[in-house]
This record gives sequence, C-alpha cells and structure tokens, in this order.
Amino acid sequence: MAELGSLKRTPLYDLHQELGAKMVPFAGYAMPVQYGLGVMKEHLHCRAAAGLFDVSHMGQVILRGESYEAVAAAFEALVPMDVLGLAKDKQRYGLFTNENGGIDDDLMFANRGDHLFVVVNAACKDDDIARMKAALEPMVTVEEITGRALIALQGPSAEAALARLNPAVADMVFMDVANNELAGAECWISRSGYTGEDGYEISVPEAAADQLCRELLAMDEVEAIGLGARDSLRLEAGLCLYGNDIDVSTSPIEAALTWAIQKVRRAGGAREGGFPGASHILGSLAEGVARKRVGLLPQGRAPMRAGTPIYANAEGGELIGEVTSGGFGPSVEGPVAMGYVGTAYAAIGTELFGEVRGKRMPLTVAKMPLVPANFKR
Amino acid sequence: MKFTEEHEWLREEGDVIVVGITAHAAEQLGDIVFVELPEVGTEVTKDDEVCVIESVKAASDILAPIDGEITEVNEVLVDEPGKVNDDPIGDAWFFKIKASDASQMDDYMDEAAYNDFIG
Repeated sequence: MAELGSLKRTPLYDLHQELGAKMVPFAGYAMPVQYGLGVMKEHLHCRAAAGLFDVSHMGQVILRGESYEAVAAAFEALVPMDVLGLAKDKQRYGLFTNENGGIDDDLMFANRGDHLFVVVNAACKDDDIARMKAALEPMVTVEEITGRALIALQGPSAEAALARLNPAVADMVFMDVANNELAGAECWISRSGYTGEDGYEISVPEAAADQLCRELLAMDEVEAIGLGARDSLRLEAGLCLYGNDIDVSTSPIEAALTWAIQKVRRAGGAREGGFPGASHILGSLAEGVARKRVGLLPQGRAPMRAGTPIYANAEGGELIGEVTSGGFGPSVEGPVAMGYVGTAYAAIGTELFGEVRGKRMPLTVAKMPLVPANFKR
Repeated sequence: MKFTEEHEWLREEGDVIVVGITAHAAEQLGDIVFVELPEVGTEVTKDDEVCVIESVKAASDILAPIDGEITEVNEVLVDEPGKVNDDPIGDAWFFKIKASDASQMDDYMDEAAYNDFIG
C-alpha cells in the first residue's frame, strides 16, 4: 500500500510484517490493525490468556525539576488531578483540560521519585508536549522519550508470562510502576493497561524491543493483538477513546470521568481548582450536566456504530443522544456501544432507541464496564 | 459459477440464481457479526441494496446482481453470521433470486477472470 510509505514506523514494524499483520495508518503511524487470528479471535484470546500490543506510537514524556514535588505542583496547573499526593512508583489516569472545561487529551502519569513520567495519545502528543513546554519550562524540563518502544501485555495470563522473564513483576499490583530488567534491558513497567484486563505496559529501549516481544510471543499463552481488538476490548471495558468518546467539547463531568478528579482538587479541597476550565468543571460538578456518557447495549444483533442517533421513543420525539463508539463485543457476544444521552435518560436500565439505516431499534443504558474488570488490586 | 466486481458469487440452480460473497470478500471484511436479509417475495432491480452485512470493522451492502424476485433467504446466517467466514461459497449463501432477464448473467466474470480481477 503506497499510502503507508510516508507513515512513521514503530521499532516493531519489521516484527509486525513478519507476523503477517495488516497495517493501517493510525495517528501518522503504520500500525497493525489485526494479525492472522483476526479481530474476534484476538479479542477473545486477550480475555482468555494474554495479548501483546504495540503502543509505541503513544508519546512518552519525562518531566524533571528541582524535586518531584516541584514538578507535581507545576503539573497540577494543567490537570484536575492530585499529582502531589500520588505515592512514589504509582500511576494515575489524567486529563489535560481546556479553558472551556473540555478535554484536550487523556493521559497516564506516574511518580518516579525524582521525575514525573507521562504517557499521552499519539494523535495529540505534539500538542501535549508543546502545552507542557509552554506552561512548565524553564522550572521543569520536558523531555520527549524517543528511543523507547511501548508495549502492553494484557490478560489473565500476563503475569505468568512476564514473570517468566523476571519474577519481580508478579509482586506489582494495579497501577504500580517499577524498573525491571527484561530481555537484558532496563524497562519501565506499570501494572496497567486499557483492556479491562490485568496486565502491564512496558517502556523498553528500542534496541531490545523486538527481542522482548519475540520472547513473549514464543510463549503459548501470548498472541500479538492489533488495534481492531484493542478497540473492542477497551469499548467493552467502558474506556474512552480520545477523539470519539471525549474531545475538546466534552467535560470530564459529562464524560462520567468525575472519579478521575480527586477530592483535593474539587470545591472545598486543599488545592481546589487551579487547572484550565476549573470554573466550568467545578460548576458542572455542583450543578449537574445536561448530558452524560453512558454504556449502551443494543438489544438486537445489529451493531450501532459511532454517529448513531439516539431517541427516547420508537417513533417521533426529539434526538436525545448519540453513540460515540460502537461495534461488536466478542466477549459480550453481541453489539456494544457507548455514547452521550440527556441526563434524564442516563439511568441504568433506561430503554432507548438507536436509529440504524432509518430504523429505530431498542438499546438499553447499561452499567460500565460492559464486561467485569479483571485487575489485580 | 459467475462472479461480480462486487465480490459476489452467482450459482445457477434450476431457474434461480444463488448469491453469496466470495472467500476473498469474506477475508477482506473480517469476522462477520450481523446479517440482515431481504424478505422473500421482494422484487429487486440490479444494484438494489438487498442485504446488509456487518463485520467487526464496518457495515457493507450486498447488491442485487440482476433483476428478479427473491425466492428464498438463508435464515441460518441471522443467528450464525460467522458462517460467512467459515464457508463463504458453500453453506453461507445469502439469497436466491429468480431472474426476470437471464441475459444479465452474461455480464459477469467466470472464475479465472475473477481471480485475475482480485489479483
């Protein structure tokens, strides 16, 4: 495919080719959308055993300053999260908000003792780095890490597989971060992921990435998983895809991400506000919002994809919402979706209608995650 | 058997034509998760959208290859859409159509021409 020629490649590009991946353009990179198993089997394998994902297109950034506290205090001006109170070698989910209270990106950040390690979305990373530099330099240095791949090993067998290479990883629990040697290289490992399964995300030096992946793929329980299954896994897990389910126009409160804003940053907290859009976001928290992100289970077999309009009635009535992510959930064994609906229609169990090819079909507001989460707490 | 540029196969069975999608199409679409079939008795015109199939990736239509009447549909696919991936040119036919102008079949490729077409 000619159009793939101009795209950036991850350090695992040759391995993807060798594994027979179907490569597609994604956020400026040539990425594997599926391998030989296909989306459905890859998805089910990840939930049953362990899946290996290349997520090297995501941005890895290190923020350094006089101390962790100095960096954390500065970073809190960009995110509505408790960064200062995050324990050493722990990771947390975060959001870059904007002045209107919308979301400019979602991210993970970790307290690494003397620095803050941040992982951001591929499509947003240039803007995110520019934002951090503009806001934080010169007190804090912002360094994009370009010499490391990022892989995820996800699923109930992830611990057994990775512990075969280094037993120390078995001691980590959900959201722990540690440096451990894998494939002869020092890796930055977190016990986290974006599939709803237990597992790890591993930042590995570029030179060792291919070897580490081959060691993992040689194990019976590990299969390579593409972006197609990554999308259905995260959708079943109720996790947002930036650009679909959250964007510059959605607030964290509308997006049902209030849990990600720790009390210390909310009204009455010790470090209340002080992030972009604080008045909007804290105002929404106090007064409520007009729409909410909810999980949705179409009742028939037809998938309801992003853009499907949602109505309260089988006929007539006003548009009350829209699907933002939708497809087939291999573990649910039926169609799954999430989207925004008017708050009056957001209660779990509410029966609504999605319009597919001109026909309104029933769908039910459902508790997220749509499959049980399987983390090692 | 004849083939269309829309990756359908057409098999003459007495006075009806059986329609399905090719193995190449099934592989390109990926795992099929939903099939919507036309109603038996529907009169269709060539290129009408008569079936909807959805894979894990996207929705696509199956077009009527010729003018005629739908005489039978393969209901099994509604409950087991994955059959389209497992056996696209055997069990997983979609519908049968009684041609109103059999000469329309002459426009379509034979197997060798189709194999050249998909390269």
